[in-house]
Amino acid sequence: MDIASLFDDVRRMNKRQFLYQVLSFGMIVSSALMIWKGLMVVTGSESPIVVVLSGSMEPAFHRGDLLFLTNYPEEPVRVGEIVVFKVEGRDIPIVHRVLKLHEKKNGTVKFLTKGDNNSVDDRGLYAPGQLWLTKNDVVGRARGFLPYVGMVTILMNEYPKFKYAVLACLGFYVLVHRE
Amino acid sequence: MHSVLQRGNAILAYALSVLAFLTFLCFASTVFLDYRTHAEMNTVKVVVKNVPDYSASREKNDLGFLTFDLQTDLSHLFNWNVKQLFLYLTAEYETPSNQLNQVVLWDKIIQRGENSVLDFKNMNTKYYFWDDGNGLKGNKNVTLTLSWNIIPNAGLLPNIFSYGSHSFKFPVEYTTSRM
Repeated sequence: MDIASLFDDVRRMNKRQFLYQVLSFGMIVSSALMIWKGLMVVTGSESPIVVVLSGSMEPAFHRGDLLFLTNYPEEPVRVGEIVVFKVEGRDIPIVHRVLKLHEKKNGTVKFLTKGDNNSVDDRGLYAPGQLWLTKNDVVGRARGFLPYVGMVTILMNEYPKFKYAVLACLGFYVLVHRE
Repeated sequence: MHSVLQRGNAILAYALSVLAFLTFLCFASTVFLDYRTHAEMNTVKVVVKNVPDYSASREKNDLGFLTFDLQTDLSHLFNWNVKQLFLYLTAEYETPSNQLNQVVLWDKIIQRGENSVLDFKNMNTKYYFWDDGNGLKGNKNVTLTLSWNIIPNAGLLPNIFSYGSHSFKFPVEYTTSRM
């Protein structure tokens, strides 16, 4: 199939058919958004799926592995769990394991994390002066694991040209292709 | 006739769907397994000091020292969907200021194929046993438990408690000797 025959399809379409193609393209985009937002509601986490970006949890998680998170407020944080947390002044959330935890009678909890592959705890990673994490810092708790799949997004973020090329190809294909 | 592009696309799509299906089968075949087992642990030497915690508040906090014995056989926990076990020994106790304290004293990564029959005698802890205050001296009920976090090839990330734990007391006097 060469380029000319691709455009043949478009040429043979009438207005209604073309409109239909645009609408189905819109459906794909909006259903992806709906699934993402729906997952946010079901898991309670603002970011239900994260890609591991560093090697600090090796050999459990490598760069490009996918983690599924939940963040139910009624489930207490406990030692040994893998939490994803945000630190003030850092854009990228960190995936590390809870090492120490102190919970007061009124339910306030503070905890300290450490990466399995790091030799020291995370106090050096926290915001200056911050000694503990609290529930507000947590984006989610790791519940499921899928290897390698996140490599695609890492490639796309590191090579923006590749991202735009893929997006352009997909968009072009959906618009031009006839069902 | 089909073009090279179409054939390549079909092969890739089919290969990916087979891979996804097999991954799901791997997950589904192990999701209902019971990963609990027995572990025996014991403390050998227990002392407590009162020294400034320069890694945290700089105030004088209780610092516990202990050595422990640990025996367990985890070899039967490994199957085709267990990539790694993350073992951790937790000390859990209550203090007047905190309803729940959990401190990981020691951890170990066991990857598939490595020795998983453990028999440790008089082991030192890997991490410092800092309390969040002065709640260790004379504490009558500190419980040691062994737990493991299962890292699968693809699937859930459960945290499992072993059967068997060990409770011990801290001495009522601070030790002044050098540790």
